[in-house]
Amino acid sequence: MNAVYAFLDAVLPLEALQFSFMKNAFLAILLLTPLLGLLGTMAVNQQMAFFSDALGHSALTGIGLGIILGIENDLVSMLIFGILWAVLISLIKHAGFSSADTVISVFSSTSVALGLLILSRGGGFAKYSSLLIGDILAVTPADILYLLIALVAGVGIWAVMYNGLLLTSINSSLARSRGVKTRLYEMAFSVLVAVAVMLAIRWVGVMLINALLILPAASARNIAKTSRAHAVFSVLFALVSGIAGLFSSFWWNTSAGAAIILYAAAIYVITLILRRFVRG
Amino acid sequence: MRPHRCELCHIDLKHVSVTRGGQEVLQDINMHIHCGQLTVLIGQNGAGKTTLVRALLGEIPYTGTIRHEDGHGRVLGHLRIGYVPQHLAFDRDMPVTVQDFLASAFTRRPVWTGVSKSTREKAIQALSQVNAEDLIDRPLGRCSGGELQRIQLALALTPEPDLLLLDEPVSGVDQNGLKVFLDTVRALRGGRHLAILLVSHDLQFVREYADHVVLLDRTVLVQGAPDPVFSSDAFAQIFTGTEVAAQ
Repeated sequence: MNAVYAFLDAVLPLEALQFSFMKNAFLAILLLTPLLGLLGTMAVNQQMAFFSDALGHSALTGIGLGIILGIENDLVSMLIFGILWAVLISLIKHAGFSSADTVISVFSSTSVALGLLILSRGGGFAKYSSLLIGDILAVTPADILYLLIALVAGVGIWAVMYNGLLLTSINSSLARSRGVKTRLYEMAFSVLVAVAVMLAIRWVGVMLINALLILPAASARNIAKTSRAHAVFSVLFALVSGIAGLFSSFWWNTSAGAAIILYAAAIYVITLILRRFVRG
Repeated sequence: MRPHRCELCHIDLKHVSVTRGGQEVLQDINMHIHCGQLTVLIGQNGAGKTTLVRALLGEIPYTGTIRHEDGHGRVLGHLRIGYVPQHLAFDRDMPVTVQDFLASAFTRRPVWTGVSKSTREKAIQALSQVNAEDLIDRPLGRCSGGELQRIQLALALTPEPDLLLLDEPVSGVDQNGLKVFLDTVRALRGGRHLAILLVSHDLQFVREYADHVVLLDRTVLVQGAPDPVFSSDAFAQIFTGTEVAAQ
């Protein structure tokens, strides 16, 4: 880790990066935002923005249930519950009981209510309020290691699944006729999004995590014509908002998550204006 | 292309029935789809045309058998189907070009990392079969209904299937686009080892293009060459006062 710090000092001799908590936060952003940027492209294509929003909210329930079940590491309980939630929503969506919107809305509000109920027992919710807005400055070297593993694994799985998912999002019957196991792919993608969201939530916060997944991909979509440009711009926008937001929050002494999302939103507005020139 | 060409290979449907929600939506379907022929499936809405397509695709459970056989009734391995769906109701705003679309079906290399030269050539080759190679760099969402249909046909033909399964769109393609599409399909049937099943939702072109017509109303009412089918009693009963009047 010291070698990485020394490298950062040499490459980016910034005042803000003298502090090791800023170095950690910076590294976390470099690892996290590309993954969210990449996954976001398909989440936007598949119109899953509402779904990922509901997933983010379910983190509260995950932590709450973790406490009840005595799981000490709240990341583990969030991951388990997030994956469970993703699978369950997918199954119910496919069973076709009611429209996807309604199903997700029911899940989302139920998980928020359940989470709040558990976490607010005895009036103690204040200690969890950092979950809502996130705290990127609390990243530890150990966190960076698992973010690195997540990035490598996530991009690897993403590379294997992407073409099948793209075909599925264009026409699922067509995809199936070409041997794509569409259900499995959609489920695996939901789980992948769940894992990425849960890993990011402590740093970005329940309230804003979805924006970080959706905004860069939505901005990229405004100006991209090809799948490749979509991915490249989305990752770029996620990285730029992440880094700019981190430094701004340091200088302004505000929440990093909020600053990151504001930059992402600004990029969205700019691309929306550029859209008519680029895409006609 | 496979070495031999044959007029006798066929897809044999025997006693195919589909039950959904306690109701028999397809009942005892018996028919052949011959290699080298354009077989057209007609019938009114709700007659079970789409259900039969889904059974052929293996998307829904059915009873009876669907087998790929040669002229002597010997089973010929796994039936490879090239499918052109009826709707391509995708998000038109998606940043995906025709090349991305085809490449995502042709290779395992994720399209967001780019498309290799050989894959691009394969895509152009596929499109040239339907005279659409100039569409290669067009965003998919900017293609007309007729163009999308030909692009899907190019995809369905690569690799060459045993059965080409075409679900003709009800709307979104103008008459001229449909004619171009059917001309392309008709041209395919001669030179290839390929059986074609077209599900047609309007009768205007059927008589002109079909080799074999199957009239469906939950079961096969009548089948054969276009003229006898069109002058049959069953045909008159099903289409009285509707499409026939338009002919």
